[in-house]
Order: sequence, then C-alpha cells, then structure tokens
Amino acid sequence: MSVPMTLLGLLEREPSHGYDLKRDYDTFFSRGKPLPFGQVYATLGRLARDGKIVVGEVEPGVGPERKRYVITERGATEVESWLTEPVEAEPNLQTVLFTKVVLALMLGRPAEEYLDVQRATHLRRMQELTEIKRSGNLVDTMLADHGLFHLEADLHWIDTTVARLDALRTMVAQR
Amino acid sequence: MTAIEARDVTLSFGETPALRGATVSVASGGIVAVMGPSGSGKSTLLHCLAGILVPDSGEIHFEGRRIDTLSETERSALRRDRFGFVFQFGQLVPELSAEENIALPLLLSGVKRGEALARARVWFDRLDLGGLNARRSGELSGGQAQRVALARGMVARPEVLCADEPTGALDSLTGEQVMELLVTSAREQGTTVVLVTHEPRVAAYADREVIVRDGKVNSLSTVAGPG
Repeated sequence: MSVPMTLLGLLEREPSHGYDLKRDYDTFFSRGKPLPFGQVYATLGRLARDGKIVVGEVEPGVGPERKRYVITERGATEVESWLTEPVEAEPNLQTVLFTKVVLALMLGRPAEEYLDVQRATHLRRMQELTEIKRSGNLVDTMLADHGLFHLEADLHWIDTTVARLDALRTMVAQR
Repeated sequence: MTAIEARDVTLSFGETPALRGATVSVASGGIVAVMGPSGSGKSTLLHCLAGILVPDSGEIHFEGRRIDTLSETERSALRRDRFGFVFQFGQLVPELSAEENIALPLLLSGVKRGEALARARVWFDRLDLGGLNARRSGELSGGQAQRVALARGMVARPEVLCADEPTGALDSLTGEQVMELLVTSAREQGTTVVLVTHEPRVAAYADREVIVRDGKVNSLSTVAGPG
C-alpha cells in the first residue's frame, strides 16, 4: 500500500487535518494495522517538501493539531496519473515456491509433500479470510476477497505443479 | 463423536479403480471439504459415505453402525431419513413448484402434505426466496434454484448433508451466498456436512479439508514430515 499516495488521494477529496487523514486511512486501508501518527506527519512533511501539498495556517483552538493540509496542482496531477496507471501485473515467474520445488527435486526431496504443506497453509489462511468475510463489513469482505482470489490462484498453480512433478523431475534429472 | 466414516474403502468401475484404500472420518456437526482433481474419486467417496454406492472392500460407518452391509432397501431408507443431498445442478423436479420441491423429502418420509408444505415454507424467508413458492424450477435463476435445492436437502433436518459441488454451476458471488446459507443452516441444525468441491474458496467454508488423490485420502497437514 502506498501510504503517501493514499494520503494525497484523501487530501484531493478535501483539505484535512492529520488526525482526520489517519482516521480515514485506518477505516478504509489499514485493516488491523493502524497508521502511526508519526508516519502520518513524516509523510505529510515529505509531501509538503516536494510541493505536492501545502500546510495551511495553524488554526486557533485547543488540541495538539490544528494544521490543515491542502493538495496542490502538482499533487493532484500525481494522484491522477497514479490512479489511471495500471498496477503492474506481476508475473511472479521466480517465486520462492517455484525455487523450492525445483531444488527439492534436484535434491531428491519430497516436493509433493512440501506442496501439500503449502496447500494446507494456504487453505488455513483462506479459512481465516472467509471468517473475516462472514463476520465483517463490506470493506473487510472486499479486502478478504482480494486475498482469497490470490491464494486461490496460488493453489491452482500448486495443483497444476503437482500434476507436472514427474515431468519436472525428469527434466531436472537430465541437466 | 464421529458421524460418518470410511475405512480403507476400495471401489472399481470395471477395470478402473476409483478408490484404493480411502479412509476418512467426519466428526458430528463438522464440515469437511473433500477436494481433489477431476477423476480423483472424491464424488465416488461421497457416494460411498452416503450409501449410494457399495464399496468392493472396506467399511462405511454411520453413527457407529456399519451401513455398507445393509440391503439396498435399508440404505435407501437411511438416505431418505437421515441424509440430505445437494448437487451441482439443483436437480429439482421440474413439474413441482419450489415449495413442493423443498417439501419432497418430508412427503417421501410420510409427513402429511399440509405439514410438509408448512415446514417447507419456513425456508423461503430463511433463504431469501420470498414470493417464489409457486415457481417451477425453470422459472428460477441458478442461484434461486440452488437455494431451493439446499432447502430441500436440509428440510428434514438430516444428520448428514452431502453436498457435491453445490456451487459449481454458479458465479462467485451467488456461490458465496449459497455457501453462507449452507454453513449457517448446517450450524443451526447441527448437521454434519461432507462437501465435495474443487474450488478452494468453497472449501474454505469448511472446518477441515481432505484431498483425494489417486483414490486415497490425505488429510492436509500444516507441517511437513521429515524429508
């Protein structure tokens, strides 16, 4: 998650105090990992330094934080290009799991057992995410869905790899 | 307590072995997902557990009683009275209304029509099927038909629900709704569920997953054995 870009995006919606930014970030994006205040202000400081936001006058009132942050044209342009640019479709061709499978075969170890353990680990996590979906709100559900679909894709890869292990073993042995 | 159990079950179709020493047990009130590639024997295992198929060797026990040695008539009565079924394609009776389809297991068990239909009606609100009582299966969407099928599987308060790819013909979101209803109603009634699926997201609704591969059952473990 890109914290600077997210805070910038929240500021494009409306000028806000650091406290409000943290609250909105935690509500929608942090999911159990609240953004520390220190990180909020450090990030805002960097955004201001780079000319993407400006810091308003200190407002009169009680409480520690009365500064309002406002996005600049430059900041808004950056948000726009970040939103419109597709996220890289990571090919993940050299995953740790792939390396483990090939090494296991090279070393004559039980690759299928390792993959079974990985499958079980993935399924445990999928059970947890499903439970979050069943008991959570819509934001929880959508985030859990994202994790579930990715884990499911990994599982399809694991199943296909198990089906190809004999062929892969032969290929690895020939080299 | 174990609700249902297969012990070292083998079964071949002609020359083709489907199960080769499959062993699995399902705790009472538990939900077990049976996973595995196509042709691995997972549906055959479900059919053996439900007494639809009789193994060539091995044993099937239901609530401590061996059932694979029962006659076809006895197994049929057992299925009717103690088991519920949901299949990939609802397999509703097209000539009957949704309400009659749900009431069917009760009618077959000898419950009077009025009472059976009254018990069936309870499920319409529960499964968000309000107003669809009189519809025939051809007039229901896939998700609605599958919810009717689920209600039919659960209406007689079976001890065991056998669900074979219950969401296989549905899109993700509709399948999820069906699974949510399946799990909730099974938990409410204390029904044991054996859920055959090849979809990990569906299996994730279960308490436990087993995988059938080459006719044998592996319980999934999170720890690898020594290399």
